[in-house]
Amino acid sequence: MTDALIITKEKIFSILESVTDPEVPVLSIIDLGIVRDVEIESSHKIKITITPTYTGCPAMDVISMSIRMCLLENGFTDITIKNVLSPAWTTDWMSEVGKQKLKAYGIAPPNVSQQVCTPALFQKDEAVQCPHCNSYHTQLISRFGSTACKALYKCNDCKEPFDYFKCH
Amino acid sequence: MNDSLTKYTLHLADNALILAQRNSEWCAHGPILEQDIAITNISLDILGQARNFYQYAAELINQSTNQQDNLITEDSLAYLRDNRDFKNCLLVELENGDWAKTILRLFIFSNYQYLLYTGLQHSKDEQLAAIAEKALKEVTYHLQWSSEWVIRLGDGTEESHQRITVAVEALWPYVGELFILADYESELLKENFSVDVSSLQNKWLEKTSAIFDEATLKIPQNVFAQTGGKQGIHTEQLGYILAEMQFLQRAYPNSIW
Repeated sequence: MTDALIITKEKIFSILESVTDPEVPVLSIIDLGIVRDVEIESSHKIKITITPTYTGCPAMDVISMSIRMCLLENGFTDITIKNVLSPAWTTDWMSEVGKQKLKAYGIAPPNVSQQVCTPALFQKDEAVQCPHCNSYHTQLISRFGSTACKALYKCNDCKEPFDYFKCH
Repeated sequence: MNDSLTKYTLHLADNALILAQRNSEWCAHGPILEQDIAITNISLDILGQARNFYQYAAELINQSTNQQDNLITEDSLAYLRDNRDFKNCLLVELENGDWAKTILRLFIFSNYQYLLYTGLQHSKDEQLAAIAEKALKEVTYHLQWSSEWVIRLGDGTEESHQRITVAVEALWPYVGELFILADYESELLKENFSVDVSSLQNKWLEKTSAIFDEATLKIPQNVFAQTGGKQGIHTEQLGYILAEMQFLQRAYPNSIW
């Protein structure tokens, strides 16, 4: 029981920093903002609530398994991972650190969703900044990139193609 | 009430599964690489919706039968039900045809789904509401992507215009069914669990007209509506999808990855 008292939520969050997104390995699940809650019941028993990024994202199964492995390594034996859908995940939950990591990795981080993602501004184009040369003189190539969460862009200044993590 | 909720959840799930299966047939056959990736990514989103609805339907069925073993799962609902048990609208099971027909079907259905999920996220049933809230963001994107393609094809070359015009004629008889309430939907309406799809038609037409105007296409008038899918009476085309999709579980029961 004394152990349980020492394990704080903050501790668990820092442990979970080591679990990364299999498709975008620079991002941890904490950076992504998909860990919604942690309930520590004892030094062995824990419940983690996560929310999926995209409904059909195949990375979610891998992420659940990685969370389980990570917690097992840290002494937890009774692990529950609960998936909740509401409130729906948004890229606004991605941390600032996460957005910087994405950019350094060569993926343009998501814009703030209120600017462009509302149905009222349905067919407006977004101003997406090139992660390589910072130019806004960029062009959408395809609304879907290598995964559902990314779109494909090209920079008209440095001519590099790049992925944009869509605001969602 | 519970029976209707299960049927309604299966109807929503079947719509998503069959449409995802149809769109995924384009995998490695798309007109260009980017669009191949786009249509398969969209399929994945829609398959995700199907999984969420099937998981919930399985939960409802298991609760009502109170069984301890031989539990119904999302997989058994997808792989082990027969033609007559599927409650999807006829529109989603029709053959892909060419790119124009596939795109137009996705536009018709995404436009409908956008309105449906907008309503469903306020359902009294918390799980249906949560699934709708989540899926709505993705459907918004599908609607945007398919709208752009309808405009591109309609207002494109002579050939693309001709192909999408043929697609409009082929698909229009299957639009009406989307807006006709099945008995299970009417039943659930009393409790605010379901969405009154008949009330969505005007908004749907508004959006369709706006896109068709830009695409230089005409909306057909007075087309007879083919129905039956929501009650389990399908075109022969569903049988072929199921034969392919369910083959493995039928031939090798309980096999897993």
